[in-house]
Amino acid sequence: MQAANANATGAQANGATTNGVETGATDDFVTVFVGETLFGLAIERVHDVFVPSGVTPVPLAPAEIVGLLNLRGRVVTAMSLRRRLGLPDAPDEADGSKANPKMAIGLEQAGETFALVVDGVGEVLKLGADSREAVPINLDPRFRNLAICVHRLDGRLLVILDVDALLGFTPAGAKAA
Amino acid sequence: MDDLLREFLTESGEHLDTVDAELVRFEQDPNNETILRNIFRLVHTIKGTCGFLGLPRLEALAHAAETLMGRFRDGLPATSASVTLILLTLDRLKEILADLEATGTEPSGSDDDLISALERMAEGTPEASQPAAPARPPEPVLPDPVVRELKPGEVSLDDLEAAFLAAPGPDESDFAAPPPVAAAAPVSAPAPKADSQSAPAPVETAEVEPARAEKAEGGTEGEATPGETTAAAKNNQTIRVSVDTLEHLMTMVSELVLTRNQLLEIARRHEDSSYKVPLQRLSHVTAELQDGVMKTRMQPIGNAWQKLPRVVRDLSAELGKQIDLVMVGAETELDRQVLEVIKDPLTHMVRNSADHGLESTADRVAAGKPARGTIRLAAYHEGGTITIEIADDGKGLNLAAIRQKAVQRGLASQADVDRMTDAQVAKFIFDAGFSTAAAVTSVSGRGVGMDVVKTNIETIGGLIDIATTAGRGTTFTIKIPLTLAIVAALIVRAGEHRFALPQVAVLELVRVDAGAQRVERINGAPVLRLRERLLPIVSLTGLLGQNAAGTETEQAGFVVVAQVGRERFGILVDEVFHTEEIVVKPMSVKLRHIPMFAGNTILGDGAVVLIVDPNGVARQVAQGVQGSGGHADADDDEANEVADSKTTLLVFKGGQGSFKAVPLSLVTRLEEIECAKVEQLGGRALIQYRGRLMPLVPADPAITIKSEGTQALVVFSDGDRAMGLVVDEIVDIVEERLDIEIAADRSDLIGSAVLRGRATDIINIAHFLPLAYDDWARGLKRPEQLTKVLLVDDSAFFRDMLTPVLKAAGYQVVTAASAEAALNTLQSDPVIEVVVTDLEMPGRSGFDLVAAMRRAEPRLAALPVIGLTGAIGADAVERARILAIADLVAKFDRAGLISALAELSAETVSKAA
Repeated sequence: MQAANANATGAQANGATTNGVETGATDDFVTVFVGETLFGLAIERVHDVFVPSGVTPVPLAPAEIVGLLNLRGRVVTAMSLRRRLGLPDAPDEADGSKANPKMAIGLEQAGETFALVVDGVGEVLKLGADSREAVPINLDPRFRNLAICVHRLDGRLLVILDVDALLGFTPAGAKAA
Repeated sequence: MDDLLREFLTESGEHLDTVDAELVRFEQDPNNETILRNIFRLVHTIKGTCGFLGLPRLEALAHAAETLMGRFRDGLPATSASVTLILLTLDRLKEILADLEATGTEPSGSDDDLISALERMAEGTPEASQPAAPARPPEPVLPDPVVRELKPGEVSLDDLEAAFLAAPGPDESDFAAPPPVAAAAPVSAPAPKADSQSAPAPVETAEVEPARAEKAEGGTEGEATPGETTAAAKNNQTIRVSVDTLEHLMTMVSELVLTRNQLLEIARRHEDSSYKVPLQRLSHVTAELQDGVMKTRMQPIGNAWQKLPRVVRDLSAELGKQIDLVMVGAETELDRQVLEVIKDPLTHMVRNSADHGLESTADRVAAGKPARGTIRLAAYHEGGTITIEIADDGKGLNLAAIRQKAVQRGLASQADVDRMTDAQVAKFIFDAGFSTAAAVTSVSGRGVGMDVVKTNIETIGGLIDIATTAGRGTTFTIKIPLTLAIVAALIVRAGEHRFALPQVAVLELVRVDAGAQRVERINGAPVLRLRERLLPIVSLTGLLGQNAAGTETEQAGFVVVAQVGRERFGILVDEVFHTEEIVVKPMSVKLRHIPMFAGNTILGDGAVVLIVDPNGVARQVAQGVQGSGGHADADDDEANEVADSKTTLLVFKGGQGSFKAVPLSLVTRLEEIECAKVEQLGGRALIQYRGRLMPLVPADPAITIKSEGTQALVVFSDGDRAMGLVVDEIVDIVEERLDIEIAADRSDLIGSAVLRGRATDIINIAHFLPLAYDDWARGLKRPEQLTKVLLVDDSAFFRDMLTPVLKAAGYQVVTAASAEAALNTLQSDPVIEVVVTDLEMPGRSGFDLVAAMRRAEPRLAALPVIGLTGAIGADAVERARILAIADLVAKFDRAGLISALAELSAETVSKAA
């Protein structure tokens, strides 16, 4: 876990509000949801929150990759969190192949920008160690491999995702090609 | 590592490269004082800086080299041996520098060997009376501080000298320009003393006048003649900028260009805009900025040539040939990215020219040519491209041998080869592994590596061409784009999306419809008649697996005729829009494995489009993947099977004029050996092949190894073992659907088939391998445990071919001819540990089989599966992933299959542990 970094740089979580009190070591997380599940991403890793538009699909690409999009003059690879977690596409887009994602989180890894396509973005939460729990062992392995920990919130649970693991998949066809 | 040290490393590296080249020049022109002085100064700089930075090892070496060079200055003749010694010293210096760069400290070690050799060389001359003296005189010539301040203008001394010589002096003679040098330069050898005294004089005097001017201009010191002032001042006004900074600038400018394009697009739609004028200005400024930044990335091609004089010198010593290297146009500039890519190919080609292009000195003299061979490198701009020529005045390519070899290797038929022009024939040397020399000896010949050269050049959108004249030499012409970052591309639509096709590969556009110009089909493969020639066609949608609208799009659309290397093909697209200068952005690492795309870009309207890689498309066309896809299996299953079971076979005559064949995929090489080299040992025929003994086995009992002339061999190898199959004559290579008609009763034959209308026996390699090596089939490699493998394939041929391969690798093999049979076998035989299945089978496919297994009892559901497939497409990969198929292996890739199996068993073992 990263050390507390209350005034994280590069966080431009548009429309997100910060709450929570400065009590001991806390971490900030941008919350996103996919279906009913709430996920958290370390705020230091989040560069942007935006509405993806004009996604160009990439033929022959791994299923996780939705396509490429133009984010202020940069070409960004958009990846679906749903597909990454092995979930079906959202109901309104399951019929056609053209995905119409609602929100995306800009993440950076090894100098490359990725857009993580999610169903929606929630607020920024400041969470301490007191609510943190280890990942339950009975979770689906795909979830387990991507999650760092779980936080107990009021009435719901927050699964903290490991950004590096999230972006760390190898192209499925690479071995065969 | 501190900045000082890093700067020293960069600089010394450059200096040493220059010294390398200069030294070779000096060896040829030992009286050239200018060169020597330049070398001397550079080595001296290195020495001085080493002392300053506390690098004793480097300093001692540089000092010893300097001492010897000092002796040259004093008139010691520069022999080949002494130059070699200095070159060796330079190599050692480079090694130490490399270590220094890696670790930050000077590596420990002793250079006494070189130092003492250098000292001996310096002393072992008639003038050895003052061994220490020669080392000193140079120091006053150009004391350290002066030299170091001169860094950016390194060449200025050289230039200065040239200017001196060229400038009209008081005398009519060129050499006599400024008196002191005029006296020294030509006479330097016989009058060492006078030289070392007088040499500094002109430099210093020359400095006096311009020094003031220079101080005013740039605040830097330097020497220059009045005529050279501006040039020197310019030289001194350069700064070092890290490549990363430039790359970053380039990226930013690219983005600026894109933004400007977007703005222009918007302005086009809004008529009433008051911002048109400033936008126009922005547009101009951006264009200029782009030009400027592009220029900073430009480097003279001479940087890529720097090492060549040394390479040629070493080769000329090694080969005993006298070779001159002429370089023209070294100042021609090109993008550093391009420069990096062509560096190695150029070196390779120059080596090739020296090694194979030029004849030996004796041959040259006999042919009435000058004894010294010449390799000429030339570079010049031509339109938006740069042209590089590598020419030798050697014997030219042996076109007859290439024709013969091309036929032998099955690259073309005899009739084709006879029809081809010399230029076309010459291009065969770019085929992988093509070597005319290998026909006679096992020594590598011209052609080895030329395919790599070609591939490298083509990856940057370049072209390579050969012109050769027997007895007069060979010229390679390389045309490459100035830059890779911005290319002209054709924007096309295929299906719902737009794509960019780099224009370098596009020859022409043809409109096709259902009428006169229409796409015809041969067994499902689309072709187009274009000026009485057939052009293979691929549809871009089909290629990219978006087949939904496949059939109708082929009725009307455009064919983009493209050429990659010798391959000409048409890419069928639905619509062609326009051309656009696009900024190439690299593909994401997650997508880089897709061979079809070279990158992506943002168009003027802000949309991201993918750039289609013509090389990737060409490969797919050649593999015929697309031709058999989609339509064929939609029509009928049988056609699908036909397309899939095409096999490339090597046909040869073996025994009493009968034709035999073996799958080409099993063959390692074709050889022709001299019969005199065949040895008999213990009743077996053997030949020395690539430094090892290779057993020879006749392909038929009726064949006897010839006693004279040459003998054709088909070489098979497995790991480090090789076997030569003795055949009467190699006939042809055919690619045909294989229908084994009669299962032969002989163990050396699998059966016979009709190939090109001739009854042909298909030989069973498994029969011959044990004849060569008793233990070949015994599976020595994995004696501890025999994994039982179930091999499922509908084709008897493949079952027969793969069974011995798997057995040889140490597996127990059971086979099944269909998915049903496989399931039965699996249920009845609980020992089977791995299933290897063909994925494309008629009826229930391999995928169905695996799906059935996964649904069955837990034991079957957990069995690892390796899929064999003719074409590994993205959807196959995806289906395989869903079905948890451990690995996909191409059908003919025996090595891949074995390693996949080995990997699997390694996994099972580790799981068990």
